[in-house]
Amino acid sequence: MSKSIDQIFVSAKHWLLSWLDGSPSWLIQITSSLISIFALLAVFLTLFALMSVLERKILARIQNRYGPNRVGPFGLFQPVADGIKMLIKEDIVPARADKSLHFLAPILIAAAAILALGVIPYGRNMAPFAIDGGILFFFAVGSTTELAVFMAGWGSNNKFSMLGAMRAIAQMFSYELPLLVTVLPVVMVVGSLSPDRIVAAQAEYTYGFAPRWFVFTPWGAAAFLLFFVSGLVESNRTPFDVPEGESEIVAGHMTEYSGFKYATFFMAEYIGMFAISGLGVTLFLGGWHAPARALEFVPSYLWFLGKLSVLLLVYVWVRGTLPRMRIDQIMNLAWKFMLPMAFTCVIAAAVWHYAGRGLRGWLWSLIVIASVYIVLSIVLDTRRKFAPRVYRFAE
Amino acid sequence: MNTGAFIVIAIVTLSAAMAAATLRKLMHAALSFALAVIGIAAFFFLIGAEFVGLALVFIYIGAVAVLIVFTILLTRRDVQRDRGLNWSGVPIAASVFAGLTWSILNTQSTAIVAPHIRALTVKQIGQTLMTTYVWPMQCVGLLLTAALIGALLLVIEEKP
Repeated sequence: MSKSIDQIFVSAKHWLLSWLDGSPSWLIQITSSLISIFALLAVFLTLFALMSVLERKILARIQNRYGPNRVGPFGLFQPVADGIKMLIKEDIVPARADKSLHFLAPILIAAAAILALGVIPYGRNMAPFAIDGGILFFFAVGSTTELAVFMAGWGSNNKFSMLGAMRAIAQMFSYELPLLVTVLPVVMVVGSLSPDRIVAAQAEYTYGFAPRWFVFTPWGAAAFLLFFVSGLVESNRTPFDVPEGESEIVAGHMTEYSGFKYATFFMAEYIGMFAISGLGVTLFLGGWHAPARALEFVPSYLWFLGKLSVLLLVYVWVRGTLPRMRIDQIMNLAWKFMLPMAFTCVIAAAVWHYAGRGLRGWLWSLIVIASVYIVLSIVLDTRRKFAPRVYRFAE
Repeated sequence: MNTGAFIVIAIVTLSAAMAAATLRKLMHAALSFALAVIGIAAFFFLIGAEFVGLALVFIYIGAVAVLIVFTILLTRRDVQRDRGLNWSGVPIAASVFAGLTWSILNTQSTAIVAPHIRALTVKQIGQTLMTTYVWPMQCVGLLLTAALIGALLLVIEEKP
């Protein structure tokens, strides 16, 4: 019974495809892809709508106010109202803008974000696009985002847009390195770039109760934290949202966008956030596996959704509590702290592997990570945390 | 299926390449170049060489295209002025074309049916890179590190 509920979506897809029995293979292939695409879009656009209202409500609670509560029960229909508003707003294109780039940028950025969703396994047998190098595909698609942001900044022909795009690209480039390097230990330990194999490697339980998720090893925990912070940067979320810092450059590369194009940027940002969180769940939090053997009757996709929701809640929580960082602080963090720590994770994973993947390896990798962390925190301590700010270009 | 996809991708790639060579606005030309690279990556996907296709997207879209647009951005001067045909480029273009044609005509693969080989997995590529080609790999890594440090030295601020 629980098995059939677990596979209900897979069975539904097979049932839909069984209507096409006997048709040429290309038709079946295309229909199969279309079903997956529609399912993905339906789920994640609903999640986006839900997330946009929940984020506002949670932020409101953090700031001790009510948040949206007028439209529908508990304000849950707020995204409908927002969507209609965005759709019927006037679409303004600046007269001096590069019109084709201005038009293409939101499309490209949304396409890249949605494509990245395709390789994540959402449940048992539920990876829409299962290829050998899935992880690589995720990052290859993600790297087109930088070009899209640049197109938005350049195409708008506005100094705020251009500055915002430069900031966005600078920080995305800097954090792509730690992001990629923190994925390496997992790939090394599993020996595969396929998300399915990575999830399968986290299936068993040590001593019969502790799940073998990589986040429970020292290198995994450190890599997960670094991955999460890099994910915050890649999706331009607080505290790394200088590219769209309202107090300085209006809305960064989105300054000259209005109406539905702005909404598309907004959507791409959230979808990107879902994608990077989903990858985090896949790589470090055991994917769709249950945390205990007794809980395995719950369908696998619900576990995935649960873990994803927890990560998204942390995203909102971070946004509600932390102030925005300066661009030089962001860069220093990336190159002086995140990158060495990410390489340490790789070394610690190797130590863990060669010390037998047991308790001994656990302790040795903990020692490696802790010692590098301590050395880094001593070396990087400038001892002038609260010194008056030095202005170099403004006296 | 594959023939249809091949024709569509070929049309997109060729027109993007033509656009990259002929468009008046440099930025549009650079972005068309990026599109052409995506088309070539799609070819690799079509023949099942995912890794090469992904590496192509990774390197050419994520790094080279961004480098090109930044170069255009930082060196922008009289973008729209037409300078006429630059004849010094003709011998270079001709020699590159001749070299490519010569090497294409000299390969055997167009003449004989390729033997059936197993699809190359990412793992096999990794193993080959780390065993047979480990020295070239390390040299490339060293070169890139040197380039990185060199770039840093260029922009480092001298203390007054």
